[in-house]
Amino acid sequence: MEHSNIVRFTTAGSVDDGKSTLIGRLLYDSKSVYTDQMENIIASSEKKGNQQIDFSLLTDGLKDERTQGITIDVAYRYFSTPKRKFIIADTPGHIQYTRNMITGASTANAALILIDARKGVVEQTRRHTYIATLLNIPHLLVCINKMDLMEYNEETFENIKADFEILTAQFNHHHIQYIPISALHGDNVVDRSLNMDWYKGLPLLETLESLNIEHQESKTAARIFVQTIIRPHSTEFHDFRGYAGRIDGGEFSIGDEVVILPSNQTAKIKEIYCGSKQLEVAVSPLSVTFTLDRELDISRGDLFTKSAEMPNESNEVLATMCWFNERNLNLKTTYIFRIGTRTLRCKISEILHLMDVHTLNQIPLEENESQITLNDIFRAKLKLNETLFYDVYTENRQTGSFILVDPISNETVAVGMIG
Amino acid sequence: MNLNQQKHLQELEAEAIFIIRETCAQFEHPVILFSGGKDSIVVTHLAYKAFWPSNIPFTLMHIDTGHNFPETIEFRDKLVEKLNVKLVVASVQESINEGRVKEEVGFNANRNALQTVTLLDAIEEHKFDACIGGARRDEEKARAKERVFSHRDEFGQWNPKKQRPELWTLFNGLKNEGEHFRIFPISNWTELDVWQYILQEELDIPNLYFSHEREVFLRNGQWIANCPWVTLRESEKIEKKIVRYRTCGDMPITGAVLSEASTITEIIREISATHTTERGTRADDRRSETAMEDRKKLGYF
Repeated sequence: MEHSNIVRFTTAGSVDDGKSTLIGRLLYDSKSVYTDQMENIIASSEKKGNQQIDFSLLTDGLKDERTQGITIDVAYRYFSTPKRKFIIADTPGHIQYTRNMITGASTANAALILIDARKGVVEQTRRHTYIATLLNIPHLLVCINKMDLMEYNEETFENIKADFEILTAQFNHHHIQYIPISALHGDNVVDRSLNMDWYKGLPLLETLESLNIEHQESKTAARIFVQTIIRPHSTEFHDFRGYAGRIDGGEFSIGDEVVILPSNQTAKIKEIYCGSKQLEVAVSPLSVTFTLDRELDISRGDLFTKSAEMPNESNEVLATMCWFNERNLNLKTTYIFRIGTRTLRCKISEILHLMDVHTLNQIPLEENESQITLNDIFRAKLKLNETLFYDVYTENRQTGSFILVDPISNETVAVGMIG
Repeated sequence: MNLNQQKHLQELEAEAIFIIRETCAQFEHPVILFSGGKDSIVVTHLAYKAFWPSNIPFTLMHIDTGHNFPETIEFRDKLVEKLNVKLVVASVQESINEGRVKEEVGFNANRNALQTVTLLDAIEEHKFDACIGGARRDEEKARAKERVFSHRDEFGQWNPKKQRPELWTLFNGLKNEGEHFRIFPISNWTELDVWQYILQEELDIPNLYFSHEREVFLRNGQWIANCPWVTLRESEKIEKKIVRYRTCGDMPITGAVLSEASTITEIIREISATHTTERGTRADDRRSETAMEDRKKLGYF
């Protein structure tokens, strides 16, 4: 199995739960904070009259964030160890920024859930965990922080762990790890804590380094959305007709017979290129160019697959969605529907129920009611203008997710996960 | 280079090529903002790989401040010829002559901020609707917040508080008349990734990235090259030093680092051990705490 050497993880939280301190420590202890950045942070902290170095200034890059002391938008931070490269999507925790949290979580392999050891599982923990589950993030790393303030007590850790297990029992999440830490003092962040010898697991950084991150897509059915057609019209490549795209699932080899949807035409793969280099086989996440053994009418948005691995097809789908825009959902509007590189039109034909992100209960809607507003998470039925080819989101992120674009403002107003 | 490194570069390359192809598919008149620096060289190479065996389907545009390193211009012209692409040069000097911008005065005068007007004028003149740039999120804290497909309103401005949500690999480039996008295919690369990729792909880069002897003087802790566009203070003395550049900005505001690194491998070794960011050598970023955000809002790169 192909293992990725890039781990993308998301963190969500507010200022006081120690999230910034934890990120600051990961970056600082892995020597990813440079002297000039550190000097800037110290200067800014002093200017704000802070006694301690304010690590949140490392990730809160916008002027408004720095003056208000809150995280508004996703910030991406990078660090690497000799084993792996890490991309942190640091997202705001407040409920009004749910959409930003979902944005950061969409590409993550792991979610870091921070719990204040003094407070235990709180409303925000539920929301973050729910969103991580919704986005199907494979790994949950539950960091029980501020253990120093609870005298590094094992029972505190065990109680919170038990509470969290009750919370996730309904989610069916497979890979959950619990780590007792003190971000402030560095216990179990990079180095093993000397204060908690009862903890037998790995510190956070080593846990991240050893996460089993398979390219999810490589296990799944063969999928590639055509991005663009490459036709050089040059003397040397006069008849060259290449179909460019990124492997969204499975594998494609020279000689494989592919089915092209929606036309249902078939052809054999003649060549596979990555740049000018020829490949025998292409797997996720490579961006490649295919040539075929016959000339077919193929355009952007078409899906390459194999006859034994066909996707679902329908004009109607059910999805869990999140509304991202200040303008409410309008059942009369025909929205632009983007899945992979394909563009369709859709209407939301039925809203089944809302999700309460605090209690995780379903809230039924009144008859004919369509009060879907910013940050709402809901289940809906969508009707499409053409046949959609798709997978369930939990099977393939690329062929199971979509965005809705408002035809007037052109803004991305909603996202959805099919299934 | 070990196998692990190559694998993470492969993933970054695939992501960047995907983004560049999306730009080609979603826009009418994309352009690569080519500065002659290592990041825009990498982006141009990725565009070459994305469309091989076709030529790069984009124009290259250089915003010429008139304060360039001569090595950069020489390199630019050679590359354009080799790749057989169209080059547009937009000149800050012309913007000054036309009275669109006013030259700064004083010891710290430079043309960095002036470029924004030249850039926006050129985007409008050539009707470019997507400008592909080599900016990376690890460079600077405001850039760490920016989307890959970054929307600009009809005034060319960035609104950091109203960015479009960007999920999975679903990049939304739809826009209204007069608006445009800035596209950043190597958002997720670090300085080290860029150098490792240059090594792996055996890319040519301008000589000023390698160690060489140069006349410099010390200003605000930076070694600045002696050139016609700087006025020396009485306390500033020209010296000959063995230096190289980590970034390739305008001559009067880009600091050189004292370095003996004369091969890519030596540069990688040097960067791995270094303790300052590359933007730390740029006087344009050091003007205030939010210098980059302020300039970006107005339409800067």
